[in-house]
Amino acid sequence: MSRIPLSALIGLVMTGAFFFTAIFAQWLAPYGLNEAVGDVWENPFWSSEPSEYLLGTDNIGRDLLSRMIYGCQITILLATASSAVAFLTGSILGFTAAVVGGWVDQVLSRLVDLFMSLPSLILALVILSVLNVTLPVLILVMGLLDSTRVYRLARAVAVDIVVMDYVEAARLRGEGTKWIIFREILPNALSPLVAELGLRFIFAVLFISTLSFLGLGVQPPLADWGGMVKENKDGLVYGISAALVPAIAIAVLAISVNLVADWVLNRTTSLKGGRGA
Amino acid sequence: MHPVVKLIAQRLALGLLLLLAVSVLIFAGTEMLPGDVAQAILGQSATETALRNLREEMGLNQPAITRYFQWLGGILQGDLGTALSNKKEIATEIGARLGNTLFLAFWAAAVSVPLAIGLGLLAVRYRNRWPDKLISGVTLATISLPEFVAGYILMYLLTVKFRIFSPISTIYDSMSFGQKLNAIALPVMVLVLVVLAHMMRMTRAAILNVMQSAYIETAELKGLRPLTIIARHAFPNAIAPVVNVVMLNLAYLVVGVVVVEVVFVYPGMGQYLVDHVTKRDVPVVQACGLIFAAVYIGLNIFADVISILANPRLRHPK
Repeated sequence: MSRIPLSALIGLVMTGAFFFTAIFAQWLAPYGLNEAVGDVWENPFWSSEPSEYLLGTDNIGRDLLSRMIYGCQITILLATASSAVAFLTGSILGFTAAVVGGWVDQVLSRLVDLFMSLPSLILALVILSVLNVTLPVLILVMGLLDSTRVYRLARAVAVDIVVMDYVEAARLRGEGTKWIIFREILPNALSPLVAELGLRFIFAVLFISTLSFLGLGVQPPLADWGGMVKENKDGLVYGISAALVPAIAIAVLAISVNLVADWVLNRTTSLKGGRGA
Repeated sequence: MHPVVKLIAQRLALGLLLLLAVSVLIFAGTEMLPGDVAQAILGQSATETALRNLREEMGLNQPAITRYFQWLGGILQGDLGTALSNKKEIATEIGARLGNTLFLAFWAAAVSVPLAIGLGLLAVRYRNRWPDKLISGVTLATISLPEFVAGYILMYLLTVKFRIFSPISTIYDSMSFGQKLNAIALPVMVLVLVVLAHMMRMTRAAILNVMQSAYIETAELKGLRPLTIIARHAFPNAIAPVVNVVMLNLAYLVVGVVVVEVVFVYPGMGQYLVDHVTKRDVPVVQACGLIFAAVYIGLNIFADVISILANPRLRHPK
């Protein structure tokens, strides 16, 4: 662990800071989420009159910094929860398909092919057009759509493990499917899955932000970063940069997690290569 | 029958089958999920009579299978139904917008594909030296940007800080070709930025893969110039994966277009879809979803066909 490259270290620190903000949002935010405190769009960056609010205020005079902190919480909460749903369903179904095989594998794999033949955003828009958009619904829809990617990976990894001697030994010993999935395959498939986790998390952040930006994600009075871009976007053409603050935050979060994921991905692949040789 | 023709026919048949399955998925997704479409449209405070009337009007009282085949039959005859929100024919509304969207996507593709392949070649030529590292670093950053973030940052920089473009990209039929191009310059730039990174990285990887072959070493030992080796020996053998990547990204443009159209208020399919999802106008959402799916699947099939054709082993079987 002593040789963490600089880029990964920066990524780790930034990601840690974002998660810290998300967990302690209630104590960090100076004002409430929906508390109107100042004038509309006070801008501390390039305007001559100073504002007492660090990032200025938003389109109806709420403190932008507080909203950014609460938005961080919602964005990260949704992204984490939906990645968890994606990994639970995706990996369990993928392992099951690999272990059981036969028609179970065929049905599941063709179903996943079908879902993956469509862009997730289009599919999500179609589904959300008839559902009441609440937080649990969003988590489930995003998680299940993304679980198709995890399924592909989990199945591919597990198919290689299923043919190993120790799995056959377990089978001959008379262990059930559940034992084989959780005791034999899961521990050996963990490292590629963990490496994938970061990428799925980034995808979830971008996905929820895009949905909220389109007005189909987190609904007011709650707000995530994508929703804040939407609220403040009208000021942009008048030179008011409030919409850029959440926009840049999304990009920075995605880049920091990307840096960490890149490093984990390199580490796990080199680890495998080292062992195999 | 020639094996290539057979392979291509198989791909096309598979594509049609997939499209049929997707139509079932879209229909089931909107009509069979828990929740009442009529209730969703009218809201929680709707009266029982209003709900009943709307269900009658939408034909929701018939079994789902019957409705599916009526819907599919209509689409096959070019009848996409009428929108619930303004009672207009969906087909005519989409007709005008689809042209605008394809116009935008076409120019984004026309700029990004040559640029991505050129940069990819350049990165291979100078691999592990500063041009390669610079290109890789910049593309890693743009890969993490969602379309709307890239859109607003560019909009702020180019229309507010430096007044080069207009922030609204509305186009009309009466505009001249040049005016239209000027109007879509900014959205095209955003789309290029979003797909360029991925396309370029995959091109680089595909060519680097070929560069390890023995015939490349032969060419090097013959004393050919590095760029000639890449252009003459490596690139032709990397065409199949490169075409695949290009098509995947063009298919991705279909999704990017949805968000970019909303950002720049561009009158295309994407904005039409998003507007009507918000209004819970199910027939429009179904029709748009199916068209987006058809374009996406069509491009993927096209990529398959090209990579079959680009493979000489399949073209000239023993």
